[in-house]
This record gives sequence, C-alpha cells and structure tokens, in this order.
Amino acid sequence: MIINHPLLGPRDSSEFTYRGDAVLLNRPDPNSESLLNDYYEYQYIRNNTHGFMKELWFHEQGDRSWLVVTRNTLTHEIIKVELASEYKRENK
Amino acid sequence: MTYSALKIFKEALTGHKGWKPVWRKSIAQNSYDIIIIGGGGHGLATAFYLAKQFKQKKIAVLEKGWVGGGNVGRNTTIIRSNYMLNKNQAFYEFSLKLWERIEKDINYNAMVSQRGIINLFHSDAQRDSYIRRGNTMRIHGTDAILLNQDEVKKKYPFLNYDNARFPIKGGLWQPRGGTVRHDAVAWGYAHAADKYGVDIIENCEVVGFDIANGKCLGVKTNKGNIKANKIGVAVAGNSSKVMNMAGMRLPIESHVLQAFVSEGLKPILPGVITYGAGHFYVSQSDKGGLVFGGDIDGYNSYAQRGNLPVVEDVCEGGVSLMPMIGKARLLRMWGGIMDMSMDGSPIIDKTHISGLYFNGGWCYGGFKATPASGYSFAHLLATDTHHEVAKNYTLDRFKSGLTIDEKGQGAQPNLH
Repeated sequence: MIINHPLLGPRDSSEFTYRGDAVLLNRPDPNSESLLNDYYEYQYIRNNTHGFMKELWFHEQGDRSWLVVTRNTLTHEIIKVELASEYKRENK
Repeated sequence: MTYSALKIFKEALTGHKGWKPVWRKSIAQNSYDIIIIGGGGHGLATAFYLAKQFKQKKIAVLEKGWVGGGNVGRNTTIIRSNYMLNKNQAFYEFSLKLWERIEKDINYNAMVSQRGIINLFHSDAQRDSYIRRGNTMRIHGTDAILLNQDEVKKKYPFLNYDNARFPIKGGLWQPRGGTVRHDAVAWGYAHAADKYGVDIIENCEVVGFDIANGKCLGVKTNKGNIKANKIGVAVAGNSSKVMNMAGMRLPIESHVLQAFVSEGLKPILPGVITYGAGHFYVSQSDKGGLVFGGDIDGYNSYAQRGNLPVVEDVCEGGVSLMPMIGKARLLRMWGGIMDMSMDGSPIIDKTHISGLYFNGGWCYGGFKATPASGYSFAHLLATDTHHEVAKNYTLDRFKSGLTIDEKGQGAQPNLH
C-alpha cells in the first residue's frame, strides 16, 4: 500500500506503524458520569468497520507525524490522507 | 456412508461407483432447535458435538459460501498445546486430546500427524521464558522437553547455527504437536455432523437477526427467514460484521494473515519449526511443499489478501533460519481474515440477547483450537453453562479486567 503523505508525498506503508480506528483521537471526558464505561469502550470496543474507515498511521520511519488515512478495509484502497493534527482541529 | 478399509477394498473391485457425497445438500427448513452460523471448522465441529455428545436434535449450519472456504482452508495446519497461561493451556491441551482421537470420532481420515513442534530460542532470557512455559505445560500434563543446542542440531541439522546475531541455543519441543490436513477437518466434521442429521446449508448468508424483547427468535437469510430457539455464531474473521446485525460491538479488529507454500520438495523437514528471533513457522506437507507463515499484516482488513512487505519479512525470517530454502521457489500465497481480540485470546460466551451465543476472537490460533472450540461451544449451547476449560473466555472479561493476555501486549490487537 502507498500512503500519499500530505507533506512528503507517496510513501510505502511499511514506513508506518498502525494504531487503529481514528476514533481513538477522541478521548472520553474524564469528568463524565459514565467515565468507567466510556473508557472501557475507548480501550476495548471497536466498530471494526467493513468498508471505508478513518484510521491512524504513525510515520515512524519518516517524519514521525500522525496521519488520518481514509481506507477501504475490503479493497485496501486509500482515498484520503490528512495530518492528524489538522483533522482533529477541523473535527472538534 | 461409513469409511473403512473394507469399503475401500470393495470400491476398488467395483470401479469406485459406490462412493456417495461426503455430506447431503440440505435445503433450509422453517425452524430449527439450534442454528450455527458459519460452516467452517468451528461451526461444523460445534454442530457435530451438539448432535453426538449433547444429543441435540434439529440442528442447522448456515454457510454463506461453501464448506471449508474460509479460515479452516487457509491456515498453516499446525496443532500444538504449548501455551503459558493456565487459562489457555488447559483449553489447548483438551483440544490436542480431541485431535488425537478425531479420526475415530468423525470416521474420516484427517491425516493427523504428530511429528512434533519445536520453538527455538536464541538467548539466555528466551531460554528461561521457555523453561517457564514448559513447566506450565507439564503441570497441565502436556509433554514438553527442553533441548540444548546439540540435541537440536541432531534433530534439525539444516538450520543456520552460524547466525552471530541470533544463535540457536536450543528449543522447547512438544513431541505431540504436529499438523492435520485442514480441509479434511472441515469435510470430516461436515460428514460426521451430516450423519447425525445436521442440515448443512451452503450459499446461505445471514443478513439479519430477528430480535424481539431481548430475545433472538431466528435469522434472516438470503434464502428466507429461519426460526430457532438458539443461535450460535462462529464466523471468526467476520464476527464484528455479523454481530453488528444484532446491534453488538465487539472487542475485536479484523486483520489479514498471509500464508505461503513452496514448490514440492523431497522430505527435508521433520515436524514443525518456529523461529524465536523472527516471526516464522514452517512445516512440510505430505505433498512436499513447505507450508509457512509469519506475522499479520498489521492493519484492519477484510480483504483475503495481504501486501508485499510482509511477504518479504516472512521470507527473510525463513532464509535467516534455514538458508537452504532460499533455493526453493514460492508457489502460492494467500490471506485469511483473523478476529484479532484485545487480549489475544478467544471468546466463547452467551450474549446479552437471550438465545444468541458467540464464538470468535481466535486471533491466528483458531485452527488448533477447532475440536475444543466446537466441543465447548456445543456445551454452552446445549447446557447454558460454560465447559470447564473454556469458562474464562467470556465477553465481559475486558470490563472486569480478567483479560488473558498470553503475550502481555495490552489492548493493541495487531501486536498479539
């Protein structure tokens, strides 16, 4: 798989470390009433999406930026790559 | 139809005209006592033990494709029971004991070959951890023998003993480990379940559940609705997708694992060998091909094919362990989809929906578990209680903190 890094251009996926579903960017509110359940779900429960999924890739062998990659889990097709920092700012 | 030496002899004399299909082609009825979703190894084994051991009637197995087309036909065929944690070891030892009598149980030649498995170690620290693991195994009555370098050399003279970075210092050997012909396991369980009257319905995909007031009443399929008192889901790889139809989210990610086979070679490799310094395991099939595999690709995937970096990594591991295989050509490679659970251990449990039971999360250790998985899932479905060896594989262990993390990797599925 080739990941089209927004700053560095096309890079081989083997340069990256995979973290999983991009919902992990949104930590549960530590002051919430349902704190225990929220963190249980955050830690252990996954949508495990069948189709297009937003996921976190860390460019460990490169510029060490975190990316949000939109990829089809059925075909491995990548349609969008964003910097995680920008993605988070836009999706607050 | 019963298979026997006499039957083979008789058929040989009469032109092989009396062989019948290994199992009937069934058409779905309107209702069953128990429906198993998934006609793979685990689903068929469950149906077989339900019918034979637990005397259940009116059982159907629904398979979206064909029997044996999923992970039971895609693995590297290894059986072993060399785990470290008590909660796992008891289960896998039970499984190995079932493997040892499976051919009699199902009246089918599954080519069970207990020619041993060795886990090599390459450092003092790794030796110590293997000694610890071997002791756990022996406490559970499993065979485990620690071999030093000379003993390994005698058994496997072709390994690379000159590797300066990862010298082979010895290995933990389980003589009862080995391989089983994987397709024959699916066909054999289908054959045996069919004999007990289980309906095996192929090309029947479940597209939804009929759930009312917290009770599962049946399934919706592409061939119509079917009612059932109890429904067991054994669709590892697609667990999240199927359970999502019942509104459940699971502690599972689906990942692709690749496997490989070389061209056919003369017998060169006794037993199963696993490399302790890279992720690589290999055995030789009866046809002569070297069957080997390594790590999962590491990203979520439902595509039954992987990418090239892992192919390179696995082949590098192989060549560094036994340089001679560098001369063999890779014949085929393929991928299967694993239910990677959050602690690396499986789940066999009821769900919060009455009548709906779940079996999954096998990571890439599902094949060796097939008989015990089927037996304990059948136990759960028939008696509503956990089988002794599988009682820790619960869904709520992630909430309670009683996770079973063999590798100690934490909640990161692609590291298990």
